[in-house]
Amino acid sequence: MPETSTHPYTTVIGLEVHVQLATRSKLFCGCSTQFGAEPNTQTCPVCIGMPGTLPVLNRSAFALALKTAIALNCHIPEFTKWDRKQYYYPDLPKGYQISQYDLPMSVDGFLEISDPLEPYAPLRIGIIRAHLEEDAGKSIHDEVAGRADSEIDLNRTGTPLLEIVSEPDLRSPAASRIFLQELKLLLTYLGVSDCNMQEGSLRVDANVNLHLEANGQRVATPIVEIKNMNSFRAVQRALEYEASRQYRVWQETGQQLGQASKQTRGWDEAAGLTRPQRSKEESSDYRYLPDPDLVPITTSPAQVEQIRQSLGELPSALRARLVREGNLSDYDANVLINQGQELVDYYQAVAAKCNDPKTAANWVTQEVLRELKEREMTIAQIPIPAECLADLIHAIQQGQLPGTRAREVFTLMLNDQITAAEAIGKLGIEQVDESDLVALCQELIDANPKIVADVQGGKQQAIGALIGQAKKKNPNVDPGRVRSICLELAMKS
Amino acid sequence: MTALSRNDVEKVALLARLQLTDAELDTMTAQLGQILGYVDLLAEVDTTDVEPMAHAVELCNVFATDQVMPSLPRERALANAPRDNGRGYLVPAVLGD
Amino acid sequence: MSLVEYSAHELKQLLVSGEITSIELTQALLDQIGTYDDHLGAFLHIDAERALARAADIDHRRQAGKPLGPLAGLPVAVKDVLCDQDGPTTCASRMLQSFRPPYDATVVARLKAADAVLIGRTNMDEFAMGGSTENSAFQVTRNPWDPGRIPGGSSGGAATCVAARMAPLSIGTDTGGSIRQPAGLCGVVGMKPTYGRVSRYGLIAFASSLDQVGPLARTTRDAALLLETIAGHDPHDATSLEVPVPAYSHSLEQPLAGLRLGIVREHFAAGLDPSIEEAIRQAVEVYQSLGATIQEISLPHSKYAVATYYVIAPSEASSNLARYDGVHYGHRTDESQLQAELNARRQQLQAAGDERGLDQLDNGLVRMYRLSRAEGFGPEVKRRIMLGTYALSAGYYDAYYLKALKVRRLIRQDFDAAFGQVDLIASPVTPSVAYRLGEMVDDPLAMYLVDLYTVSANLAGLPSISLPCGFTREWLPIGLQLQAPPLEELRLLRGAHMYEQATDWHKRQPALVRQRHTGV
Repeated sequence: MPETSTHPYTTVIGLEVHVQLATRSKLFCGCSTQFGAEPNTQTCPVCIGMPGTLPVLNRSAFALALKTAIALNCHIPEFTKWDRKQYYYPDLPKGYQISQYDLPMSVDGFLEISDPLEPYAPLRIGIIRAHLEEDAGKSIHDEVAGRADSEIDLNRTGTPLLEIVSEPDLRSPAASRIFLQELKLLLTYLGVSDCNMQEGSLRVDANVNLHLEANGQRVATPIVEIKNMNSFRAVQRALEYEASRQYRVWQETGQQLGQASKQTRGWDEAAGLTRPQRSKEESSDYRYLPDPDLVPITTSPAQVEQIRQSLGELPSALRARLVREGNLSDYDANVLINQGQELVDYYQAVAAKCNDPKTAANWVTQEVLRELKEREMTIAQIPIPAECLADLIHAIQQGQLPGTRAREVFTLMLNDQITAAEAIGKLGIEQVDESDLVALCQELIDANPKIVADVQGGKQQAIGALIGQAKKKNPNVDPGRVRSICLELAMKS
Repeated sequence: MTALSRNDVEKVALLARLQLTDAELDTMTAQLGQILGYVDLLAEVDTTDVEPMAHAVELCNVFATDQVMPSLPRERALANAPRDNGRGYLVPAVLGD
Repeated sequence: MSLVEYSAHELKQLLVSGEITSIELTQALLDQIGTYDDHLGAFLHIDAERALARAADIDHRRQAGKPLGPLAGLPVAVKDVLCDQDGPTTCASRMLQSFRPPYDATVVARLKAADAVLIGRTNMDEFAMGGSTENSAFQVTRNPWDPGRIPGGSSGGAATCVAARMAPLSIGTDTGGSIRQPAGLCGVVGMKPTYGRVSRYGLIAFASSLDQVGPLARTTRDAALLLETIAGHDPHDATSLEVPVPAYSHSLEQPLAGLRLGIVREHFAAGLDPSIEEAIRQAVEVYQSLGATIQEISLPHSKYAVATYYVIAPSEASSNLARYDGVHYGHRTDESQLQAELNARRQQLQAAGDERGLDQLDNGLVRMYRLSRAEGFGPEVKRRIMLGTYALSAGYYDAYYLKALKVRRLIRQDFDAAFGQVDLIASPVTPSVAYRLGEMVDDPLAMYLVDLYTVSANLAGLPSISLPCGFTREWLPIGLQLQAPPLEELRLLRGAHMYEQATDWHKRQPALVRQRHTGV
């Protein structure tokens, strides 16, 4: 693996990503997971951890987690169970978090990303494990009334999270960012999470240290965990900052891995630096215990295989194919894939029917997406079936429709829910015969000697006035053709 | 197993979030020591290749449907709170987070 | 005969035939409670008005010919460990003294749906931890057969109110013998069903993998009637079994033909009270006379059951009771006093320049947790939380908790093997009869060892019943325990009923003392 040549060290990074799974209700009760509700309005005796209550596992949460783990190429053990991770915190009402400890639902996977240094060499980043757990609530610091209180909101308590832990396989902040982008693409493509970082649906912690040469020996600096990064860009910046900070500290102290305990630092976005965070007391002794209230889950290899089959083509393979088969740019392919499977299907249907993937991609990524956004629609709701859009493209290719009027036709198709042919008819667009067109141009040239003189004198732009007149006489004329024919005739006369 | 010291008991009391008086620490050290001494009886059982049994009845794969059910009205949720402000539970400031 | 002396089965017939009303019955029981419970202390809360209103409503519905539930008009007492949104649920703990659950336990909901009259909440050991009911934060409960003695526990109030004719039916919970042991010591029938047979939803957890709800009554038939009402699958409890519930009370009469009754070699060892051993041997002879064949069997790991139990139960308890931290419900310490003390201590340490002391000083939140819990919990609960926290802590998990889980499987395997040879296992419930109040409070280990016959059924998840089988010379009740394979409640009840039909121990009544008892 190539190392960045600009630094005298290698940055070694492992990421821990918490993803909120897109369920309607919480992991162990029926409360809604909707973001943004008034504090403590989405809680019940179960997620408040009231005495006597019991958790029951949300089937969809497990299914979404399983789908993700399989898409991350993880091994799915046949047996998995639930454990209590015990610590005291006011946003953790039961005094323990239901999580998975020694027998997680998935292990040993990987995600392929493109190497930022060698874009076409895929890099395989190992996934140590992905497990399901419940989220905690929120503490809001409240200084009003002169006393330092925290207000606890339990709306988020019990929301299903998938914790994905990567191997320390990442070698640069840039690669870390690409990993996260690729992971987000996969998760949104699978529909397992909206990955909205602002709403906390995707949270990233990073473990980072440096490997370097000292006196002919390879040494490592102490590992630091970075928290509180609110965007992928912040992750990259924090890691860049942290790597140089660690190098500076190493130069000053020579402290190596094992000579200092693992430190937790928080990223301060505004100041652009990391600061040490106060670690929670005896955080190392979580006293894990198999949760007696929840029963284990078994998943057979056949079930795993069935899910694997149902995943279809995953984003990285799909992107490669769209680029290869449709001659699309990486960018266009990503725009399509980022919108999800349904839009990709739509695009593929259009491309197949019109037999012009490139043009189809232009239409779908530009006109279609713009209209969807304006009309707040999903692709499933669009009243133009893929074949109708293909017909529209086909009409342009066949010269039955001047390109300049295509958008007009498209808008009418959308508004009136009609076919391309119907829209073309309704707009009165018809193909103008070449001889008619020449005759029309000749008529205009004859009637406008001043313009002809200007053109002959070198002012080609004067011809524009003729195009306007031509369109008045026949709206179906192709302005480009009018322009070239008129120019030709003017020069000849 | 090694004997339980008063210091061990103090550490466990912090882990368990219990404030014990000096007298309680003494009694607790003696009583826990005695009970653990008895429990050490388990060491003589050969448990090679025995699977741990965490549940009395070994069921698997119990699920609930992903369906939103009504939550508690906020005033009912907060009704048992020792201290609240009508929106949330109040506690002494949470530090370091 | 006073109304309070009838069995639930008889009362049901009287109610159905219209010979009595639920109001009359409820009032008679409230009178009995009013007369004797100041002394006996079985109940923590009585809401007479609500009970009578409920009884009146059921009477009206009966008169109007409307459909009624299977327990219509029958008063049932409920241990104060099952959530009921109509009143307090305290677990006999200061921690939950003012807790009002916003929901009903499934068992409570089923009793309400069966049109039972919930007459009151019974006393117990705090959070069901203990075997004497002396660990209640609020009051002592006395054994109706000798008010100077314990009723057993933790369902001491539940057993006492049945024995003292203050309720025909009562609900208890059993984690290591907490139904069977007080039933045995108070001379009533008490049953722990198969783990998963009755929903635990709304049962305030002590040790989740061992806890089970069950009936206490004066006859097997009554216990069967109550069990069939509360048993059955509950989607809110992932450990509840999805198996149909037989109509236990309708199939009792059929004796078990060719019954193979097992007695356990290891059970008759030193430490067993001779009068209890005698009573058990006589009970076995009764079975023999009814056609049963008696077989001696071995449960080789039974000597480890108490040690196993006292690792697993406190471990789970330490986790289950972590939620009582004074943040969302339950007791919270006086915060201003706490802050003042912390500030004073901080200044003291600063003045002394004690950096280490300052570093170790709890922050306000941690101190709030520690004081709230220290004030809210009694000594036995603290002891078990400490024990469990230790057993789960880094470095000890494998030696204690994991080891205990493995021995637990061996204990279960012993039973599986035994039930290949016999249909039911007979044994004592306790090695000794009810001890005197206060006798054991300073010796927790001795108190734990009393559980030796009962904890195995919880570890193995088996159904088990305790029924009256005699008295000592001082007229203290002796219980016979029967155990069956998982989900064989009907076999267990039929076996118990057979014995009950051939004996009259269950018909004996304690001579109740009316005056307020002073001193222990």
